Amino acid sequence: MNEDKTSHFLIESSDQLPLVTVLKRFPLPRKLGVGKESRIEKGKRWPVPIATASRVKTFEIYRYDPDSGDNPALDIFEIDLDDCGPMVLDALIWIKNKVDPTLTFRRSCREGVCGSCAMNIDGTNWLACTRFIADTDKPATIYPLSNMRIIKDLVPDLTHVFAQYSLIEPWLHSTAPVPEKERLQSPDERAELDGYYECILCFCCTSGCPSHWWNGARFLGPAALLHAYRWLIDSRDEATGERLDNLEDPFRLYRCHTILNCTRTCPKGLNPGKAIAEIKKMIVKRTG
Amino acid sequence: MNSPTRHTRPLSPNIQIYRPQLTSVLSIANRVTGIVLSAFAVFLVIWLSVAAASPQAFATVQSVMGSWIGQLLMIAGVFSFFMHLSGGIRHLFWDAGYGFQLRTIYASGWAVVIASLLLTGATWVLSIYMAG
Repeated sequence: MNEDKTSHFLIESSDQLPLVTVLKRFPLPRKLGVGKESRIEKGKRWPVPIATASRVKTFEIYRYDPDSGDNPALDIFEIDLDDCGPMVLDALIWIKNKVDPTLTFRRSCREGVCGSCAMNIDGTNWLACTRFIADTDKPATIYPLSNMRIIKDLVPDLTHVFAQYSLIEPWLHSTAPVPEKERLQSPDERAELDGYYECILCFCCTSGCPSHWWNGARFLGPAALLHAYRWLIDSRDEATGERLDNLEDPFRLYRCHTILNCTRTCPKGLNPGKAIAEIKKMIVKRTG
Repeated sequence: MNSPTRHTRPLSPNIQIYRPQLTSVLSIANRVTGIVLSAFAVFLVIWLSVAAASPQAFATVQSVMGSWIGQLLMIAGVFSFFMHLSGGIRHLFWDAGYGFQLRTIYASGWAVVIASLLLTGATWVLSIYMAG
């Protein structure tokens, strides 16, 4: 619908959609490397409940009910666009209200600042609240964030990625006596953090990173590393050396092979790929 | 984790559903072309050793290379060489901290694709022109 506005050959910002899609998915067997508990089966079809609906849009949505003992499945939902808000999150809420109240997903702010509704929409990770339904495929496909253990439907278990976040110790390290007022920064020092402090920890990047898919147990992933960089360059932080020691590891940092799916998918337009490259440079610089 | 989990939670799909993009496709291409080049390095050693061994052995290998499947493999090898080379140069810029704006990532990515196609074509034209 918004093709003139959002479709581009040369992608300039992460919210732009590609002009053409050659392949919707990599030409690999769907069961390749998939454990038997993770195989996705054919799901239910939920027709639009409004008889007079004229503008009907189809959504294919990943479902998983831990209490049923069944495998995940791909359900097909029809929604009435005339009765529904403009965003993908509106469609999910519409389905929950009018079709299947058991559809489970995280949401809170509905304006792209909380990061709760991160999910895989049409094959890439984004926030459901900031993606227009009009910009989705026909049918639109909704999966949870990639490569996560799923608690229910679109709700991933984020324990592991938050543990990786805590490993970079995302708080100010200072041995200097606590000042009576704020710890001051010059405007320039503060500006250094622009593009890095805005991360909302939605984990779109980490979940879209192939290196994290294959080595996620030990590779920290783009989100945690972006935060690591944010503290490394903070003029008030005094633990730069220890932080770099903590990161200088074949897996934690160096499993990043600059694929840059992270920068392509960040719904806040941040640049985790750049942050990781800067960390690598800092380590090279201090070794001399 | 108070209640015992009845079975392992499913892992949401990754490579099975994640949309191929220039970023990921070129990353895989860089790896594949690297593997192809390793195979060609072995072939280069074979080619040089048969040249040193005997005229008959060299003629055999030359005729394999001259067959249409041999020519196809040579094109693949030349393309792999240029793609891995230009992809490698792109990585050098990244390692120095340059070229991380999304627009630059896409521009340099397409440049790698176009350069490797053009250079492969140019090499082929030149080789036909020179070898006849």
